[in-house]
Amino acid sequence: MLVPLEHVIALSAVIFGIGVIGAVTRRNVIVILMSIELMLNAVNLAFVGFSRAWANPGGQVFVLMVITVAAAEVAVGLGIVISLFRNRDSVDIEEVSLLKW
Amino acid sequence: MPDLGVLLKLLFMVIVVMAALLPVITWVERKQSAVMQDRIGANRADIMGIRAIGLLHPLADVLKLFGKEDVVPLGANRWMHLMAPVIALIPGIITLAVIPFAGVYDFGSGPVSMVAADLDWGMLYVFAVGSIATYGTVIAGWSSNSNWGLLGSLRGSAQMISYEVTMGLSIVGLFMCFNSLKLQEIAQAQDTTFRVFGFLEAFGWVHALPRWVSVVKLPMWGILLQPLGFILFLTCIMAENKRPPFDVPEGESEIVAGYHMEYSGMRFGLFYTAEFLEVPVIGMIVTTLFLGGWTIPWLSTQKIIGGLTGVLGVGAATGLCFLLHVLSFFLKVIAMIWLQMQIRWTLPRFRYDQVMDLCWKIMLPLSLANVFVTAIAILALQRLYR
Amino acid sequence: MSAGAVLFYLFAGFTILASLGMVLNIRNTVASAMSLVVAMISLGAIYVLLDAYLVAAIQIMVYAGAIVVLFLFVVMLLNLRTDVFPVARSRLPKLLGIALSGWGLWVFLRLLAGTLPAISPAPEGFGGFRELGKALFTRYVLPFEVTSFLLLAAIVGAVILAKRRID
Repeated sequence: MLVPLEHVIALSAVIFGIGVIGAVTRRNVIVILMSIELMLNAVNLAFVGFSRAWANPGGQVFVLMVITVAAAEVAVGLGIVISLFRNRDSVDIEEVSLLKW
Repeated sequence: MPDLGVLLKLLFMVIVVMAALLPVITWVERKQSAVMQDRIGANRADIMGIRAIGLLHPLADVLKLFGKEDVVPLGANRWMHLMAPVIALIPGIITLAVIPFAGVYDFGSGPVSMVAADLDWGMLYVFAVGSIATYGTVIAGWSSNSNWGLLGSLRGSAQMISYEVTMGLSIVGLFMCFNSLKLQEIAQAQDTTFRVFGFLEAFGWVHALPRWVSVVKLPMWGILLQPLGFILFLTCIMAENKRPPFDVPEGESEIVAGYHMEYSGMRFGLFYTAEFLEVPVIGMIVTTLFLGGWTIPWLSTQKIIGGLTGVLGVGAATGLCFLLHVLSFFLKVIAMIWLQMQIRWTLPRFRYDQVMDLCWKIMLPLSLANVFVTAIAILALQRLYR
Repeated sequence: MSAGAVLFYLFAGFTILASLGMVLNIRNTVASAMSLVVAMISLGAIYVLLDAYLVAAIQIMVYAGAIVVLFLFVVMLLNLRTDVFPVARSRLPKLLGIALSGWGLWVFLRLLAGTLPAISPAPEGFGGFRELGKALFTRYVLPFEVTSFLLLAAIVGAVILAKRRID
């Protein structure tokens, strides 16, 4: 392997952290969805790293499943965003807080 | 770091295509359309009186575009506006890295494969890179801050991602036939011939073919094994690159130029270059997959080298074979370029809903049917040849 | 350091910069989406360096080439305005947050070092489409087929959600 496995996992952790920051801090629903995609990518990187380290193709198969699920989730999520925009003319999550306590 | 061989091959492809082919293609476009429309075409550009039948027009075009003022519309996003033509151009250039322009030769120190990057997953690389080209269209229209631009870019990107799907499916049959995604292997597999009526023997309808029937052999080219795949793939890749008759995004209304309306000067020149660069790239991909790539029909590499060795010796024979293969490859690419120009100047532009209907309702089911029929045929022939 | 390792760190740097650019860019949602594309292409390059060729090609084709285009469609169609970060009264929470996350990362990396099992050598053809295809159609065929149902459900759901009301 080109780099030690720890470095790959460290990179994955950093990207996951950045995705969490985006999902928690931003108010735009679309950017929150993009941060979720970033978190999924970080997990994919960890899977690929481990798959290469232990010569197990199962890791890469799981990455394909994650990519598929992410695609499905983005499609439905953006459909929801479009409906939300049509009803409230805004994609700010501070304005869709009806169910908050 | 990459070794010298890879660099040389890459430079050869890039220089031959961008410096040699591209200006000639713009000239061919003008002259071919002129011949088809019974007129003379552009022939006024001259250098000190020498006109050279219009071959100086590409140079005149480039000088004109450099001289124009570079306009960025008011309220447009400046960085995106600058980036979009570059994003449109890059995928065309980097596709050249995986295309084999000659076969595998042994010049004395091991087999040398004449591809810049002999990837095992070469065709997947072509698709992946082609899907990046979408962003040039998307960003160009949006960053222009104009309605026409936005509309053109939305239509263009929807068309591009729809045709990517069908493009991939239409050559699955070809991958099943040649059992590889590596472009050099696909080209090498087309180096042989097959008996046309061999299937009669395979199905057991005839015990052994008489010799005079057996001698009818065709080169094992992709277009003969997968004719429907060829038609579908050619249509899809022309639609993917927004080549007429699929050029709704850029020629809509004939008055406003769609997504590259707000570009002028050399930035528009980059879009123009990107579109014209795709013409030989499409030609090269289709040639490699369907027309046998660098192979010469009915004369396999073995035969050529074997035949010439007696006269010239092994090294020189291999070198001559290499040159013949390069010549054969570029002749086929030129034929494909001619075909694309013919199609462009023959068919009127499709309407946008016709374009999307064609993709999802006609070509997608046809390509799926192609996959099924190819799979059944391969299984039947394998079972019977066992 | 071999050329591959230099490339890995280079692409790792691109990924981190692009992700930060995506998350911290308030003014322009399209610029965020383009930063996400850069991050995904860099990750695709890292997958190639880690011998996962099919996954890299699919990452660029599907993720960078279709999913983010979908994001861009929605952003362009909805013509969104700029965003604002929530207003903080003092800078202390920001600095504290950065310090705590840095410390958390350091603890995580300290725990990680030396606990991972040894690396086994990769067999020939690992990560290529043939090996992965065989695995997908023999050992992992059930998840593979189930994802097709998932995609069907997603298509139907997305069409219903985004369709215009015809009344």
